[in-house]
Amino acid sequence: MYNKDVRGILIKGNKSYGDITSEVLASQEKRAPLWWYFAMFVGSVMFLAGIWAIGETIIKGIGLWGNNNSVAWGWAIINFVWWIGIGHAGTAFSIFLLVLRQKWRTSINRAAEAMTVFAVLAAGLFPVIHMGRIWDAFFILPYPNTRGLWVNYNSPLFWDVVAISTYLFTSAAFWYLGMIPDLATVRDRSKSKIKKQIFHIMSFGWVGTAKSWLRFEVTALIVGGLAAPLVIAVHSIVSMDFATSVFPGWHTTIFPPYFVIGAIFSGFAMVMTLMIIIRKEFKLGDFVTDSHLEAIAKILTFISLIMGTAYATEIFIAWYSGVEGEMYTFFHNRITGDYAVQFWTMVTCNAIIPQLFWFKKIRKNLVWLFIISIIINIGMWFERFNIVVTSLSKDFLPANWVEYSATTTEVLIYAGTIGLFIVGVLLFMRFIPMMAMNELKMVNKETSIDKN
Amino acid sequence: MKKYWKSTKELLELKNQDQVQKVSEPEFSFEGLTEGEVKSGVKANRRDFLKILGFSVGYAAVASSCEVPVRKAIPYLSKPEEIIPGVANHYASTFYDGHDFASVVIKVREGRPIKVEGNELSSITPGGTSARVQASVLSLYDGARQQYPLKGGNKSDWATIDKEIMANLDKVAEANQKIIILSASVISPSTKKLFKGFKTKYPTAEVVYYDAISYSAMREANKLTFGQDNIASYHFDNANIVVSFNADFLGNWLSPVEFASQYAKTRDLTNGRKKLSAHYQFESYMSVTGSNADKRFPIKPSDEKVVLINLYNYIAKKSGKPTIKVNRSPVKIDNLAKELLNNPSKSLIISGTNDVYIQSIVNAINYLLSNLGSTLEFERELLTKQGNDRDFEAFVKEMNNGQVGAVLMYNVNPAYDYYNSAKFVSGLKRVGFTVAMSQKNDETSSLAQYVCPDNHFLESWDDAEPYTGFYSLTQPTIRPIFDTRQAQASLMKWAGIEGDYHSYVQKFWEENLYEKQTEFLSFNDFWNHTLQRGVFEPGSGTKESPVYDFTFFDRAGNKLGEAEQSTGIEAILYETIAIGSGNFANNPWLQELPDPISKTVWDNYVAISPNFAEELGLEQDDVVKVNGGLELPVLIQPGQPAGTVSIALGYGRSKAGKVADGIGKNAYPLSQLKNNTRQYEINGVTIEKTGDTYSLVTTQTHHSMEGRHIIKETTFKDYKKDTKAGNEDHHELKDKLVTMYPDPDHPGASWGLSLDFNKCIGCNACIVACQAENNVAVIGKEEVKNRRIMHWIRLDRYYSTDGDGVNKDVESDNPEVFHQPVMCQHGDNAPCENVCPVAATPHSMEGLNTMAYNRCIGTRYCMNNCPYRVRRFNWYRYIDNDEFDYNFNDNISKMVLNPDVVVRERGVVEKCSFCVQRIQETKIIAKNEGREIRDGEVQPACVQACPTSAFVFGDKNLNGSKISKHFEDDRSYGLLEELHTLPSVVYLTKVRNTEETGNNNSERMRDEFAS
Repeated sequence: MYNKDVRGILIKGNKSYGDITSEVLASQEKRAPLWWYFAMFVGSVMFLAGIWAIGETIIKGIGLWGNNNSVAWGWAIINFVWWIGIGHAGTAFSIFLLVLRQKWRTSINRAAEAMTVFAVLAAGLFPVIHMGRIWDAFFILPYPNTRGLWVNYNSPLFWDVVAISTYLFTSAAFWYLGMIPDLATVRDRSKSKIKKQIFHIMSFGWVGTAKSWLRFEVTALIVGGLAAPLVIAVHSIVSMDFATSVFPGWHTTIFPPYFVIGAIFSGFAMVMTLMIIIRKEFKLGDFVTDSHLEAIAKILTFISLIMGTAYATEIFIAWYSGVEGEMYTFFHNRITGDYAVQFWTMVTCNAIIPQLFWFKKIRKNLVWLFIISIIINIGMWFERFNIVVTSLSKDFLPANWVEYSATTTEVLIYAGTIGLFIVGVLLFMRFIPMMAMNELKMVNKETSIDKN
Repeated sequence: MKKYWKSTKELLELKNQDQVQKVSEPEFSFEGLTEGEVKSGVKANRRDFLKILGFSVGYAAVASSCEVPVRKAIPYLSKPEEIIPGVANHYASTFYDGHDFASVVIKVREGRPIKVEGNELSSITPGGTSARVQASVLSLYDGARQQYPLKGGNKSDWATIDKEIMANLDKVAEANQKIIILSASVISPSTKKLFKGFKTKYPTAEVVYYDAISYSAMREANKLTFGQDNIASYHFDNANIVVSFNADFLGNWLSPVEFASQYAKTRDLTNGRKKLSAHYQFESYMSVTGSNADKRFPIKPSDEKVVLINLYNYIAKKSGKPTIKVNRSPVKIDNLAKELLNNPSKSLIISGTNDVYIQSIVNAINYLLSNLGSTLEFERELLTKQGNDRDFEAFVKEMNNGQVGAVLMYNVNPAYDYYNSAKFVSGLKRVGFTVAMSQKNDETSSLAQYVCPDNHFLESWDDAEPYTGFYSLTQPTIRPIFDTRQAQASLMKWAGIEGDYHSYVQKFWEENLYEKQTEFLSFNDFWNHTLQRGVFEPGSGTKESPVYDFTFFDRAGNKLGEAEQSTGIEAILYETIAIGSGNFANNPWLQELPDPISKTVWDNYVAISPNFAEELGLEQDDVVKVNGGLELPVLIQPGQPAGTVSIALGYGRSKAGKVADGIGKNAYPLSQLKNNTRQYEINGVTIEKTGDTYSLVTTQTHHSMEGRHIIKETTFKDYKKDTKAGNEDHHELKDKLVTMYPDPDHPGASWGLSLDFNKCIGCNACIVACQAENNVAVIGKEEVKNRRIMHWIRLDRYYSTDGDGVNKDVESDNPEVFHQPVMCQHGDNAPCENVCPVAATPHSMEGLNTMAYNRCIGTRYCMNNCPYRVRRFNWYRYIDNDEFDYNFNDNISKMVLNPDVVVRERGVVEKCSFCVQRIQETKIIAKNEGREIRDGEVQPACVQACPTSAFVFGDKNLNGSKISKHFEDDRSYGLLEELHTLPSVVYLTKVRNTEETGNNNSERMRDEFAS
C-alpha cells in the first residue's frame, strides 16, 4: 500500500472532492490570465511563420534548405527525432508508472499525455514535408492499386510510418479515454448551454454508473496495455532509420535502447518544464508538489547516467572496432574537429548538468529545476544534431566531405512546430481539465495528510 | 434452339423459363438493383435531369479551368526513308574550331543532333573525344548565336548584304588596297583552295592566320633549326621517356585527344603487359598532364630555359656537340639525362612555351637523342596550328597605318583574345570595310560593319586535314537553325564562284584525293564510302628526317643561352580543360565542369602555392590586383611553384552570351609579344591585396585520402615483383570473405565496369559525355556552392599528404595527384536499395541498380545510405525555371535533350544508370539480328568518350570478355568493398614509374630541388 513516509504527501491542503474539482477547473472557468493571451500570440506567430516556410518549401523545393548531396537529411530529421522523443513522456508516464503503481503520476499524466499528442503531431509533420514530392506522399501507404506497386517492407522509413501513426492514434485514444469522466464533470458544471452540449457530446453522455466506471477502467487498462510496447517500439524504430544504414556513427547496435532512453529523458524533462509552469501559473502547487518534481528529478538523474554511459560506449566501440571511418567520425568530427562544439554541448547538457540533481538543494529549487529541464532538451536536440549531421558530413570518401548549416527556412519550420506545440498546450490548459480529476479523487484519501 | 425434356414436369419448367426470359430482356440488366432503383433509373424525371445538368456544367467548368497546355506533334507526311522515330541515325563528321580537332560521329534523333561521339575509325583520335568536343553539340543550340545577318548592327538580309559587300570589295580592289582575310587556323584543304579562288577574283587579298593560343614559335624554330616550316607530329606511344616542359599534352597542347590515347598505350599494364613509360613534367602551374607525371618538378617559367640548356649540355657533351653557356640548373638533371641517353630514339622532349629559343633547344635535344623519325616526325605535319604571330602583328600595324582596305574576319576574336586588343580595335576602326564571319556577334564581330553569321559545324559541309595525308569529312546533321550561312559559302558568293560549298568540297576531293586510292572505281563510291566512314587516310609518304642545323647557335648568339632575369613574381597563363581559349565560354556544361585539379567551377583565379600565399599574406578567396589592373580571387594551389602564379585564359567574356558574360576576368591582356612570338609567361608581375573577398566555388573541399585505401597505388618496381602489389588488402578480403547470404544470381548478363588508374588522366571528357547523354541539369554557381552538383559521374581528386595521413590537410608544395572517376557502383548488395520505403530503386536481374523516377517520393534515405555519395537530388525544378536559366529554359537549347532519357522532376533522386538506354538499345539490335550481344558492343557515354580507353564496360558473365578479365586482374579492387556492397565497378591499382610511392617521393623531389 501507499507509504507516505517514502513518497511524501501527494495532495496537500486537506482537500475535499469538491475542492479538487473547482481548483482544477479554475483555469477554464475563470478568465484567462494576460500571459496566456501573450503566449498564445507568440505561439500563433511562430506557427504561422512555420506554415509560411512550409509553403515556400512545397512551392519552390527542398533546395531552400541547407541540405546537399552528402548531407541529405538535416534539421528536419533532427527536429523529427527530437519531437518524437518529447512525445514519449506522456505514455511512458501513464503506462510505466501505472504498472509500477506510482500514484504520484495522477496529477501529471493528463498534461503529459496532452503534450505527447502535440509533440507527435509536430514530429509527424517533418517526414511529410521532408519529402521531395509531397504530392505523392501517399505512395508510402500500402494501398492496393492497379499498377501493382507495393511498399518496401525492408525500409525503416516504412516502419516509421506504421509505428508513428499507430503511436499517435493510440496515445490520442488513451488520452481521450482517460478524459471522459472529467469531461462529464465539466459538462455538469457548465452554465452555458452550448458548452454543455459540446461537453455532452465529448463525454459520450457519461453518467457515472458503476457499470460505466467498471467498463471505463477495464478499457483504460486494455488500451494502456496495448500502448506500453508501442512506447518502446516507436523510438526503437526511429533509431533504426539510422542503425540499419552503413554509416559510421549510425551503424550501431546500441541505438534502439539508447534512443528510447534518450526519448524518455527529453520527455520527462519537458514534463517537468510544463508542470512547473502549470503549478505556478494556475496555482496547482497542492497537486504538483515539490516531491512530485523531486521524483522526476531523480529519474532524470538516473537516465542522465545511462546517457553518459551510452555516449562512452559509442566512443569505446568506435575505438575498439578499429574501423577508420568510425574512428574519424567520433574522434575527429565529434570529439574534436568541426562539430566539437555541438558534441560537447550534448555531453554537458545531457550527461553532466543533470548530475546536479544529486544535491537536494537543487532538486528542491524550482528555478534550478526549470533551467535544467530546459537545458536537457537543448542537449537532446544537439544529440540528434550530432547523430544526423556529423555522420553524414564526413563519411567514407573524403572527396565528399561537406559542412552543413541550416537556412532560415529550416529554422522557421522548426519555430513553426514549437508554435504548434505552444498553441496546442495553451488550448489544452484552457479548455480541457489539466489534471485527471477522477484519478486524483481516487488517490486523494489514501495519500493526503489526514484522510486515512 | 432445340430442347430435350425428360418428364412433363421438366417440360413445364422449360415453358415457364422461356416466358420469364421473354419478359425480362431489357437492353440493360437490372440484376442486383432494388425495385425503386430500377424505377428511378428507367425514368429520369425533371429533377434528375437538372441534377445531371448541374453536375455536368459544374464539372466541365472545373475541368476546363485547369489549363492543360496543348502540344502539337506533327507527323511526317512523307517520311524520309532513313528516319524511323525512336531510332537514332549516326553521321560521321569532324570537329575543328580552329583549336581542337577530333573525328567524330554525330548521333541524330528525329532530325536533331543530340550527341557527339568519337569516331573509332580515325587513326588520329580513335574513338576519343575531349570535354569540349563533347560539349560542342550544346553550342549548336546556343541562343546567343547570331541569328541573322547584321549590317551596321541592324538586322538585314543576305541579298542586301551580299550586294553591298561585293560592291565594297570591288571598290577596295579597284583602289588596289589590301583585302585581308583574317582567319583562325584552317585545316580544310577545300577552304584553302577557296581562299586561292577568292584571290583570283580579288588579287589584293591576303590570308593572315591568327590563333589565340599561338604555336608560332615552334614553327619558326623548326624552320630555323631543321629547315621545316611546320609542326612535327608526335608519337608518344613510341616513347619510353617523356619529358615535358610546360606542355599540357594530355589537356590542351597541340592535339591532346590524340596524345592522350598514345600516352595511355605506354601506361597500360593489363593483359600481362609489363612495360611502363616514365613521364617527367617540369611545369609552372598544376596541369592535368603534370598530375599524371611520375615525377613532377615545379619550376619558375624563367627557369625552363636554364633547365633545358643544362639538359642539352649534358647530352651534347656526350656526343661532342657545341654546348651553351648557362647558369646552374635549379633542378638536378644528371639522372634524367643519363636515363635519356640510355634510351636513344625512345624518348620525347617537348615544351609548351611559345619561345623560339626554347623550342630550338628542345629540337636539339630531340635530335641528339635520335628521336626524329621515331617519337616525332616531320614528314607527317601537324596542320591544326597555323597562326603566325609575326604576320598578325604586322597586319595590326598595317591597319593602324591605314594600309588595309578591307578585313574579312573568320572565326577569330582578337578584340578579346589579343594581348593588345586596344591596338587591334583602333586599327580595325581605320579599315574602310570590315566583315565578320563568326557564329556570334562577339567582342570582335560587333565592331565589324557587316556580320555574316557562320553555321555551326553540325550544320556545315567541310573537310579537314589535321595531318598531311589524313583527311576527315564534316557533314551537316541538321538544317541551319537560324538564318545563317557557312563562311565558305559567303566567300564563294563574293568571289563569284558558282555552286554550293558541298559540291565545291566534292569537286576538290574528286580532283585531288580520288587518285590517292585504288579501292573504288567511281568517285561516287569513293565519296559515299568516305562520307560514311568520315575519314580517309592515304598517309603522308616518306621523307628523309631533317638534320639539325647547329649553325643556328652562332646565328642566335648570346640570346640562345641568355636566361631571362627573374624579377618579382612570375605568372603563367594557361588554358583550362573546360573553357580552353574562351571559344566555348558560353557553354553551360563547360562552365560547370570542375577543373580537374582545383575542382573550381564558373570562375578563373590567381593560383598561388600555399607557402607563397602565406609569404604574401594571402588566403583563399582574397581578391588581388594583378599588375595593377586585373582583379581576381586567389586560389591556394599546391604544386604551383613558389614565386609564381598562374591564371586561366578564356574567361571574362563580355559578348559571348548569357552564360559566359561576366564570368571570371580576361587574362589575355597579360600576355606579351617577345621575340615576335606571343608568350604566356610573364615576368615581374605585381600582386596587390585589395582587401575584398570573392567566393570561389569548388566541388571538393577536402583533399587528402586520410590514409584510407581509396586509390591504391604501387611502384613499378614492386609491381614487377608482385602484380598484387598495393592491392594486398583486396586479396586478403577476397580470401577471407565468408557470408551466410547466397551469391547474387544473374542468369543473363551481369554488367560491369572497370577503370584503369594507369590510363585515366582526369580529362573530364566522361563528365560532359554523361551530361549530354543523360540530360543532366546545369545548376549554376550558387547551387554548386551549396554542394548540389548534378553530375552523375564525378572525378575525385586527391593530393598525397605530407603528414601521417590522419586529419591533416595538405599543405605540400608538390603533392602527387590522383584522379578517381566515381559513378554509381551498382552494388549487388547496394545499401541504397533496401532503405527506399517505396521501392523506387530496385536491383535489376542484370545487376543494375535502377531508378524509377516516377515512383520516387524524395525521402533521400538512399542518398544518405550511399557510401559513394553518387546519388543526386533535384533540389529545385531545373527545367523551365528562370532561376536556372542555362540550357533547360528555352525551346532551342532543350533540343539537345536525349529523348531516351527522362528529364527528372523536382524532388526525385537520380544517378548513373550505366546508360541503361544504351544497353536496351543494343539488346534490341542483337535480338533483331538473332545473336548474342558482342563484347564491347554496349558502351555507356563515359566509356565511349574516354580518349585513353581507361574504362572497360561489358558483361561479366560472358566468357573471355574484357571486363571479366579485368575483374580477375590482380590489380582490380572494388571501392569500399569492405562494406560488402559487392560493387559492379572495379578500379585497377595505379602503378607509378617511381621508386617510392606517395609521401617519400615528394620529399625526394625537394632534395632534388635543394641540390
